[in-house]
Amino acid sequence: MTDKKTDIENKQWQENYKKLLPDDKARSNRSNIKIKPLYTPKDWDSNRYADELGFPGQGPMTRGIYPTMHRGQTWSQRQLIGLATPELYNARVKQMIAIGANALSMIPCNSIYRGLDVDEVDPVLLGTCGVTVNTVDDMARCLDGIPIDKMSIGLNDPIPFTMLAQVLAHAKNIGVPWEKLTGTSNQSDYISHFVANHMFYRIALKGSRRIQMDQIIFLKEHCPGWNPISIVGQHMQQAGATPAEAMGLTLCTGIQYAKDCIERGLEPDAFLPRFTFFFDISISFFEEIAKFRAGRRVWARLTKERFGAKDPKSSRFKFHCQTSGVDLTRVQPLNNIARVAIQGMAGILGGCQSMHTDGYDEALSCPTEEAALISVATQNILKDEAGMTDVIDALGGSYYLETLTNQMEEQIEAIIARIDEAGGMFEAVESGLVQGMIGESSMAYQEKVDSGEHKIVGVNAYQIEDDPTLRKTQPWPDQDDMTRQIELFGQFKEERDQAEVQRALDNLVAAARSDDQNVYEQIVQATMSNVTQGEIISCLREEFGFGHPLVMA
Amino acid sequence: MVESESVETIIPRILVTKIGLDGHDRGSRIIAAWLRDAGMEVIYTAPWQKISTVVKLVKEEDVDVIGLSSLATDHLLVPKLMDALREGGYQHVRVVVGGIVPDADEAILLDAGVSRVFHTGSAKEEVVQWVGKFAKEARKAPAVVTFE
Repeated sequence: MTDKKTDIENKQWQENYKKLLPDDKARSNRSNIKIKPLYTPKDWDSNRYADELGFPGQGPMTRGIYPTMHRGQTWSQRQLIGLATPELYNARVKQMIAIGANALSMIPCNSIYRGLDVDEVDPVLLGTCGVTVNTVDDMARCLDGIPIDKMSIGLNDPIPFTMLAQVLAHAKNIGVPWEKLTGTSNQSDYISHFVANHMFYRIALKGSRRIQMDQIIFLKEHCPGWNPISIVGQHMQQAGATPAEAMGLTLCTGIQYAKDCIERGLEPDAFLPRFTFFFDISISFFEEIAKFRAGRRVWARLTKERFGAKDPKSSRFKFHCQTSGVDLTRVQPLNNIARVAIQGMAGILGGCQSMHTDGYDEALSCPTEEAALISVATQNILKDEAGMTDVIDALGGSYYLETLTNQMEEQIEAIIARIDEAGGMFEAVESGLVQGMIGESSMAYQEKVDSGEHKIVGVNAYQIEDDPTLRKTQPWPDQDDMTRQIELFGQFKEERDQAEVQRALDNLVAAARSDDQNVYEQIVQATMSNVTQGEIISCLREEFGFGHPLVMA
Repeated sequence: MVESESVETIIPRILVTKIGLDGHDRGSRIIAAWLRDAGMEVIYTAPWQKISTVVKLVKEEDVDVIGLSSLATDHLLVPKLMDALREGGYQHVRVVVGGIVPDADEAILLDAGVSRVFHTGSAKEEVVQWVGKFAKEARKAPAVVTFE
């Protein structure tokens, strides 16, 4: 509702605007929403406050999932860390903790994403993108001296969750009860891997589905503080989905996993509180904030209306976010510090629970120590200097942001309807529908960059002479360190009880072939029996198939 | 001997692939589409190819240029690919690498015989022109006769 005076003045402004800017070009954001030059009560009326916004931690949840949000507890500063050998990883983690990181993360070597042990890979690739952690012994050296009962752990650990099994085995060995562990299986969303991050895709769709459900049921009983599911929108957006698509498709994946849990006999309020999400934050500042707010509102509604959740915890849209590497440039790399700060602000204003800020050298190599320290400092500056935590949902009520939030919500709902119609997310990725959508958006974005419509400073605009001295890169792991790691691995395999290893593998196969045994329980048992991650995964691939991801060119 | 077709009118045959461990394929898919739209024949593979598979594809598909995408250190394997191509008698095939390649490694790749490294942010026109030029050069190179 607007009054007469506003209407008259609005008309007058429109005339003035047109007179001064007759050739004003249409603008749109990455989700192809047309952006107007000005938003007023005609676009968003504050009479809709109670229905659309409400208050933090209640009602539509638009403004945040907790009553106190960042005033009560700031987000976890969870920097991804993965380096060469367990010893080097351990040292970097301790350094990050000393300067303010308050949660742990672990990125394994690419060989582990492929389900290979250190002795199965060209050594030149080992440890170049993450830590080589093949056994419970490797995990023990990674976590040496780190209070795992007091620090939440984020594992980049795709199905079948061998790293978590190693953490559980290590905890048992050092006498930390599993009930005391908290953390998240960050890469449990096999659908997102099948669709948009083939890097993490290890076991065919149906086998992945089975293991994921077994893990949820196992952890619910034995490690209740662990979040077994993190539903990942980041991969889809990094692969080219628009922010609205990434949010819509991710919620569809959430719906699929919830349906799968219900099919396995779980009550919605028993598993939904442990669902978490993980998103990309691009530099499209307002759009990202609107994406998070809209997603939070849709999820809160969905959990109640579709699944009948009663516990308010079930409707909390808890999310981790990572600043987008795709937006970072190789040229003028220090500019990326500014980009990351803007992306980080969008994450905070979007109401995140956990965040990783990229190193400015992301487009050059794995982060150098200097870049890693700056990215943590960036979060500290936003948190402690810029006043970003003073007010909950500080941009709420902005005519622009509320309009945009509603428009993003419309797109998200349209995507959910489309996927529902296709039979749900599992079927929509089996058929390639989702891959096609993302591929089209990726090409459309690239065309905008090529044509210069979408400007990237230093790349297609404001180019200056290249200064290679600005590009410092993380040195490759010392081959001697890797040789030692391979030797240790060989020793580990030689010294273990071979009969026990065989028994554990037999049990794993039996569980995989049965309909009623829990496969994840056997994965944990096998890890405790010193079976390596490569052995576990190759055994499960025999049973469930590898399943090449569907590639849509 | 059959006279070779005019290099001005050739349709370049390009293998777009990824070797090693990484599976990030947004880049290779975009490159494949760019080259295809520019009128080239593109042979596209899923990630994680073995070096021996790449050599086999080069033979079976009469490839002029191999476009390798590397986002997560797989470029470190490229010198081994170059060796394998030479051993197979395919030294006329040109190799370009695109993605994230640190400067120091770029020098190593060029030394190993890679024709060009395209970094992130490379423009479509630049990629299409270089690949087209390399394809012509590859086609012009004398065929290597092998006896089996």
